Amino acid sequence: MKTAYTGENDKRTFKEACASVIPELCEKDARVVYLDADLMSCIGTYKWGKDAEKAINCGIAEANMVGVACGLSAAGMKPIVHSFGCFSSRRCFDQAFLSGGYAKNDVTILGSDPGVCAGFNGGTHMPFEDMALYRALPGATVIDISDISQFEDVLRQSVDRPGVKYIRFPRKNCVKLYEDGAHFEIGKGVVLREGADAVIFASGIMAAKAMKAAETLKNEGIDAAVVDMFTVKPVDADLVETWAKKTGAVVTCENHNRIGGLTSAVSEVLAARRPTPLEYVAVEDVFGEVGPQDYLEEAFALTEGHIVEQVRKAIARK
Amino acid sequence: MGKLDKQLKFELEKLACEIRIATVETLAARGFGHIGGSLSIADALAVLYGGLMRVDPKRPQWEERDKLVCSKGHAGPAVYAALALKGYFPREELKTLNRPGTKLPSHCDRNKTPGVDMTTGSLGQGSSLACGMALGDRLLGRDAKTYLILGDGECDEGQVWEAAMFASAKKLDNMVWLIDWNKKQLDGPVKEILDTLDFEAKFRAFGFDAVTVDGNDVEALYEAMTKKSDRPLAVVMDTVKGKGIREVEETLSNHSMTEDKEVFDRWIAGLKADRDKLVERGAEA
Repeated sequence: MKTAYTGENDKRTFKEACASVIPELCEKDARVVYLDADLMSCIGTYKWGKDAEKAINCGIAEANMVGVACGLSAAGMKPIVHSFGCFSSRRCFDQAFLSGGYAKNDVTILGSDPGVCAGFNGGTHMPFEDMALYRALPGATVIDISDISQFEDVLRQSVDRPGVKYIRFPRKNCVKLYEDGAHFEIGKGVVLREGADAVIFASGIMAAKAMKAAETLKNEGIDAAVVDMFTVKPVDADLVETWAKKTGAVVTCENHNRIGGLTSAVSEVLAARRPTPLEYVAVEDVFGEVGPQDYLEEAFALTEGHIVEQVRKAIARK
Repeated sequence: MGKLDKQLKFELEKLACEIRIATVETLAARGFGHIGGSLSIADALAVLYGGLMRVDPKRPQWEERDKLVCSKGHAGPAVYAALALKGYFPREELKTLNRPGTKLPSHCDRNKTPGVDMTTGSLGQGSSLACGMALGDRLLGRDAKTYLILGDGECDEGQVWEAAMFASAKKLDNMVWLIDWNKKQLDGPVKEILDTLDFEAKFRAFGFDAVTVDGNDVEALYEAMTKKSDRPLAVVMDTVKGKGIREVEETLSNHSMTEDKEVFDRWIAGLKADRDKLVERGAEA
């Protein structure tokens, strides 16, 4: 795995990645089919999708869309569905749970603009609970994307992975973490930076912030490891245990409620295998609100400054 | 619109009798279950499995087969009875309904029961699943039909109408929606709980071809289900909940009933007598 972190943003956007990878998958594999709920334009697929036989616009009806996708799976197709994260989780959860997981249908569910990435769409559109819901779906895969190359690779793999796969990602660009064409193993975390004093397990947009925080800490003489835990379920339990043992202090970072997401997943592993002081950078148990993303990151305590603070706290508890 | 010849009509009527007998025997083995809505669709199941559906019990996963989604998943016992009679599994297994480890759970499960094409139970979901199955068949170039059985109470669910819009907008002319209009839901009459209004008019307004027929008459059902159409077809089946057993028909709350063995035995004897009368008449004719 080659990392490419310099602190700079990727030149591409996730929207551009969707506009290229989704048609590519549909055209390459006769069984891949893409469904959207009137949000094709938001992820750049409309221009291709408006006339493509295998791009199915279901209108603003997410429950039906996920049900149709599960029926397509039963017929032998490999469906990818998309809506904003709030709608592709809460709005269709019983369908994903029963028509999907319980009925053993295979479906890739994309949730764009998770958490504070919903920005000006505000609290109604700001899922801090989507990972918690999908983590509770037996056998589901839950992925919090941290980089565009990672998104492209994970999406290509996802169509052939059995079960319900929930993938959350922003639509804009993000800090570049990996070189183009990087390959990932779903279920395995990526050690972005080694360190002896503490380990930061981060997912999604928090991974790059964790890298920045580790640089700041280095200047203070604190050596923090950073792990990209993009697969929140199944969480890489061995890696959690290994780094908890190496460092003795753990911090989790996620753009999500502290209940049910990465913080919970890591805590469950530590409690069972290696009790270790843990602090978190995550949304307290509150609803979202409207505003620019930088304002929201400050309001919900999701900045590198908060990560630095929590690392110090975790180390102090050793 | 297809016409039934006399011989096939007799066979379908007899199969409907057998499905009712096997359904009640299934429920009797446990002493309780969803009897009302199972009996109301026995005639539709007879037409489907005895006449219309292109299926092969030896190859339940055959991709080119016609499919049935019984979205009112609680009518599982009637579906299982039809499948057993069709030869998907031994009739003896019907008695394992709802026992630990059974292949026959109260609600349909495609991963447990040979011949069950889709898992259902959370009402409304079968409608979207059936749309996906029909669309998948079309995308993969299969000449197969998808049949969907919906309860009338089930049509309270908004998802049914999302799916109806979808079926019509995507011109899924390879599917037939069968609405079991038996006029009762769990808490009481549909009209009183949440009036579903005029189904035929509603499906027409949603872009379907729609007809209303006596849903306990195999001849009327056969003709309606074979109506040629370039749109999805809705057959509103005017049925009686609990059809075939007067005591059940006349019980207001007959969604699920718990009875002693003697009662079940009496009902089964009555259904068998009805079947024997039918066979006698058939022999005379």
